[in-house]
Amino acid sequence: MGLIRRMGQAGTLESADCLVTVAGAEKDSLDYRGGNRKLFGERTRKLVQETLARFQVSGVQVTIQDQGALELVIRARLETALGRAMKEA
Amino acid sequence: MRAMRSMLYIPGNAPGMIQNATVFGADMVMIDLEDAVALAEKDAARDMTAAFLRSYDFGDLPVIVRINAADTPYFDADLEAIVPLKPFAVRLPKCQDAQDVTKADARMSGIEKRSGLPAGTVPIHAMLESARGIENAYAVATACPRVKALTLGGQDLTADLGIQKTRDGWEFFYARSRVVMAAKAAGIDAFDTVWTDFNDPEGLFLEAKQIVELGFTGKAAIHPSQVEVIHRAFRPDSREVLKAERIVAAAAEAERQGRGVVAVDGKMVDGPIIARARHLISLACHYGMEGGESR
Amino acid sequence: MNLAKNSIGRLVPLEIPGVGTFDPYGGAFNRILQSASRAAAHPVRKPEAPSRSKVAPGLKAAIERSGLENGMTISFHHHLRNGDAVIPQVLETLLQMGYRDLTFAPSSIPDSHDCVADYVRKGLIRRIWTSGARGEVGRMISRGEMEETVVIRSHGGRARAIEEGSIAIDVAFLAAPACDALGNSAGCSGKSACGSLGYAITDARFARHVIAVTDNLVEYPLHPHISIPQYLVNQVVIVDSLGDPTKIATGAARITRNPLDLKVAENAYRLIAASGILAPGCSFQVGAGGASLAVAAFVRDHMKEKGIQGSFGLGGISGYMAQMLEEGLFRGLFDVQSFDSAVTGSMTRNRAHMEIDPSWYANPMNQGCLVHNLDVVILAALDVDTDFNVNVMTGNDGVLRGASGGHSDTAAGAKLAIVVAPSFRGGVPTVKDRVQTVVTPGETVDAIVTERGICINPKRADLWEAARKANLPVKEIGELKKEVERFTGVPEPVETDQGRVVAVVEYRDGTLVDSIYRVGE
Repeated sequence: MGLIRRMGQAGTLESADCLVTVAGAEKDSLDYRGGNRKLFGERTRKLVQETLARFQVSGVQVTIQDQGALELVIRARLETALGRAMKEA
Repeated sequence: MRAMRSMLYIPGNAPGMIQNATVFGADMVMIDLEDAVALAEKDAARDMTAAFLRSYDFGDLPVIVRINAADTPYFDADLEAIVPLKPFAVRLPKCQDAQDVTKADARMSGIEKRSGLPAGTVPIHAMLESARGIENAYAVATACPRVKALTLGGQDLTADLGIQKTRDGWEFFYARSRVVMAAKAAGIDAFDTVWTDFNDPEGLFLEAKQIVELGFTGKAAIHPSQVEVIHRAFRPDSREVLKAERIVAAAAEAERQGRGVVAVDGKMVDGPIIARARHLISLACHYGMEGGESR
Repeated sequence: MNLAKNSIGRLVPLEIPGVGTFDPYGGAFNRILQSASRAAAHPVRKPEAPSRSKVAPGLKAAIERSGLENGMTISFHHHLRNGDAVIPQVLETLLQMGYRDLTFAPSSIPDSHDCVADYVRKGLIRRIWTSGARGEVGRMISRGEMEETVVIRSHGGRARAIEEGSIAIDVAFLAAPACDALGNSAGCSGKSACGSLGYAITDARFARHVIAVTDNLVEYPLHPHISIPQYLVNQVVIVDSLGDPTKIATGAARITRNPLDLKVAENAYRLIAASGILAPGCSFQVGAGGASLAVAAFVRDHMKEKGIQGSFGLGGISGYMAQMLEEGLFRGLFDVQSFDSAVTGSMTRNRAHMEIDPSWYANPMNQGCLVHNLDVVILAALDVDTDFNVNVMTGNDGVLRGASGGHSDTAAGAKLAIVVAPSFRGGVPTVKDRVQTVVTPGETVDAIVTERGICINPKRADLWEAARKANLPVKEIGELKKEVERFTGVPEPVETDQGRVVAVVEYRDGTLVDSIYRVGE
């Protein structure tokens, strides 16, 4: 079972990238912002769900500021953010 | 044989650039986890590069990944993440001697085994960036069967030698010759270093022509605009193409007649020369050159 | 609202309350060739007694004298671009004077004028007829805040509409960077110089009352060039400043250095070269920047290398085109709008750099507009579809964020109409099954060029052949779409309120090519 030890952030606000922030919370939540939030909302929700499950964490508040990133890019940034949030000091 | 004239460097933490890797006509790309990535972002670049290798279809384009050097805390994690994804090669920076290579080789074999891959699946391109590395070029080139190319790292080399890079690059003559010689002796490829002044494409062209003449397989490009310049420098001389066509025709004729010996213009040509001639013709075809004439 | 399907399968209204009846689009040249002759609308003007000065005491006084009443139509040009201060100043004055329910009919709305949305909300403006809408104005329209349907027209279409009387301008407020006391106006000099005053010319000819607004009253007579002669101008108003010169006369647009845009431009150039159209006497038009302008750089090198002199350049003129004129690569340059400060200098120095009005430029219903003589045009796009239809109006979210401009005019007229665009933008593919809004119908588009491939309209078998012979990276448009979707995925469709048409896109001939629907927040 993974443990969120601190807030974790990864990515940038550059075009084609996204800024992902994860923090421990009561329950899972996703705040997906940016021009694509209506175009890829469902897909992003699924990828966040699937990634959290893969990392075996729950109670994660995820914020994504999407600057037009591909799905695989959002996933990579989320993985890095989780890694930073979970790694031992 | 595939064309390997240009190798476009792309920072591993720049998704905006990686997603366009296939667009610029480079023969290969090298995604960089080392010098192009800040220390605080090594993990991000690794995750991003792995994500692209895993999910993005680069088509025919060979993707090489330059990992961090063995004496950094990132070396192990880089290999663990990248090797199972089977990049075209792993670029190993700062190779000083054969042991640097064999250590990486052992690590990579372990990872391959755990991933269900045959040991030796992922090639190494060894980067020589110091005086010691250059002196040990042949030992590095032959350190293990995995090594498929030597690359000259000009920027670190000038630092190691305590000199400045000049426009005509005379200071690199020995290092370049050594790298090519060792690579050829080992039967592997040789890649030249970056040209950093992208406001001077003429200088790049002159340098690229020089290294083609020295026998390098290809050269690094740090900006898409450099790819076309490099390709122009590799463009075969039309007389050479005509000669190559005669060689290939002679070889085909000899085969038809069941002869083992091929002669062109009164001289014997053997296997490697015929292969080289074929390679030249395929490069010429790439340029739409026919019968030595460019279109 | 009664909607009918037009010839490209789009639903359009047959009648817009408060505007009139419309025919659905039926082909790029059908209406034009079938039209009977008709009298142009004549402005109803009262003669002026002889005078030595038309300078009004102020803007308010001028408006009072103009006979403007609630519900009437006012117009402006957009040559001052994002540096314009005239539109906000006039609208504010009108509001203060208690006006309501006006039809706002500028040649276009500069991006910077979010304030127009406020004037709508305050009741000053009831109707908008424009070439484009962005920012808050675009969002306001897309939200359905306006009761009256907005009409989007191309530059050629607006000229046609004015000349036939569909747009009956009551008062035209025309910013004049140089103006004399009797109203002779021009755009090439003065602290707020903007170059060509093209769009203003048509308004001046047909408006019932014309007020020239200037910050630079010159000694009589204005010389050497007069864009709008005094006999078309009723009053002159002097203000402190027409706007911000740094945003009116921007620095010369440079060729992009973005490698992706350059790749797109290079592919477009290769198609042009393969088509054989770059022969002596050729003519072309390019856009203001990005890949569209970069194509000019490739074409220029080609023309210089081969010693080709073109007949004319057209646009939408940027400093780059003016430079090409200087280099003798064209015999003449026709300028309906100047994009940067370099152009103003060229117009002043070079008599072959000629100012034109939008009717001359692109009105399909006159005896010969320039776009009909164009060989090549390079156009941008927001997105396109597999029928080669082009959208330059609405974004991926369905919200208004663009302008029709000369897009559909030049595409229809040019022998070779090339649309350049990256194959995906912001993670979203550029090629869709069906664009949100059609501005330029696919039958007028010969090729869509991206960095990943050149798509040629199947109608152009000759172009396919030429492209293949030249070993160009041609792809079938459906294939390109699939290739890109493999890594971008397919976006969810935009939800629009099909029951609420907030704007219509009028084709250059007056028929309706598409409807723009309300988008929920």
